Amino acid sequence: MIYQGKQRIWSDYQKDIPADGWFYVRSCIRQNFFPASEKYFLAICRDLLGHDIYETEHHTTCGGIAYHSDTIPQETAMTIVARQFALMKEAGYKNLVTSCITSFGNYTEILETWREYPELEARIRENLWKATRREFDKPEYVAHASDLVYKYRSEIAERARFRLVDKETGLPLRIVEHIGCHYSKMFPHKGIGGAEYPCVLSGMVESWGGEVVDYPERRHCCGFGFRQYLVKANRGYSVSNTHKKFESMEPYHPDAIITNCPGCPYFLDRWQYVIAEQTGKTYGRDGFGIPVFTYEELAGLVLGYDPWDLGLQLHQVAVEPLLDKIGIEYDPSAKYLGVNKEDLLKPQMPTVLKCC
Amino acid sequence: MIDFGFGLSRSSSVKLDEVDLGLYHKLEALEPGVRVCMSCGSCTSTCTAGPWSGMSVRKLILNLQRGKDVEKMLSCCMLCGKCTMVCPRGINTRHLILSLCRIYGKKQ
Repeated sequence: MIYQGKQRIWSDYQKDIPADGWFYVRSCIRQNFFPASEKYFLAICRDLLGHDIYETEHHTTCGGIAYHSDTIPQETAMTIVARQFALMKEAGYKNLVTSCITSFGNYTEILETWREYPELEARIRENLWKATRREFDKPEYVAHASDLVYKYRSEIAERARFRLVDKETGLPLRIVEHIGCHYSKMFPHKGIGGAEYPCVLSGMVESWGGEVVDYPERRHCCGFGFRQYLVKANRGYSVSNTHKKFESMEPYHPDAIITNCPGCPYFLDRWQYVIAEQTGKTYGRDGFGIPVFTYEELAGLVLGYDPWDLGLQLHQVAVEPLLDKIGIEYDPSAKYLGVNKEDLLKPQMPTVLKCC
Repeated sequence: MIDFGFGLSRSSSVKLDEVDLGLYHKLEALEPGVRVCMSCGSCTSTCTAGPWSGMSVRKLILNLQRGKDVEKMLSCCMLCGKCTMVCPRGINTRHLILSLCRIYGKKQ
């Protein structure tokens, strides 16, 4: 194939992401699971790299979690989303960036639905006006926060203090990338690389010095699946999905996992404890698990932020072996100290999964 | 061990590296046509015995490729040969069944 032809085909898989002028909406659950990730997205992209990203304290959940859990109808989620758009209009922004994968899927699904059914959009405009006396404009562009970090990955690499490299051997770390289903499987063409070459996370890993692990169940769901987990009777399905992924990646000895969804890092991290308790098996070296990171946490680590400021002490799987491997300094005695150096108390240790 | 109130289900993953293909290779020697099956299911959809006996040539070949035993299914076939007539790859499925009977030491 001639080079120009290759370029043209590859361009079909790319997203032309605006560099600046973003209205940021947070996730409803990420601040509980990975409390520093959203803070460090803004610290890195807005404060360090100097991009124009705005957020308002008036925004709310997108309603996607309730919609996907079958507890609210889509019209309710649409009206919530319409209010977010109204806030964006009031702030003078036209591009929306979401912290959450399900929000990204939810916003995209709603915009696509309105494109197909304009009368529904008109009804939501009326609902919003009656409820809040607000009007909205549809965003010109909807991106996920990992799209922006992907776009800025070279800027981050230029400022990086550490690379994803084993400091002893000089070899790249072996990283598993896991892309959330609501990013890559609802509207695959809206993601970087499309359905065939999803590279939003692998692009970051390679830019920061790591090596991406390809394994059979790479595109398998993490197992969250909303009602698979939320309904206790179904929870066995959730953990079985995660187990299937770990069994599949185990022979490749990954050093870490990077994810871009709120649910995936939570379940890939926490289920390692449950699987260890149920089967006695751990997937990392020497009885440890495989540490799981959000893309903001991994970006923060390569940029040299303190691991405890990044909230890594809230992970179930210990991150210290990986930090030692990269050569990142940390104070073990400060692991369970809060922001005001208040002692948060050390949690009870699992019986099988080794933790620090 | 902690009882969480839920547990792991048995994985449905097929590990092809660990599958015993001895039976499949024996069949391949007697009826090489089995190699060109594309699992289209024409044989199964035309099978007279299928709806009431569970006979399925497509499933039979797939099970052999996954190292599973297929002896029970063989007794469901009436050897009418309709599957041979519809196979787009021209596989002699009737001979395939008879070859399997021979491997299992069944009377033809």
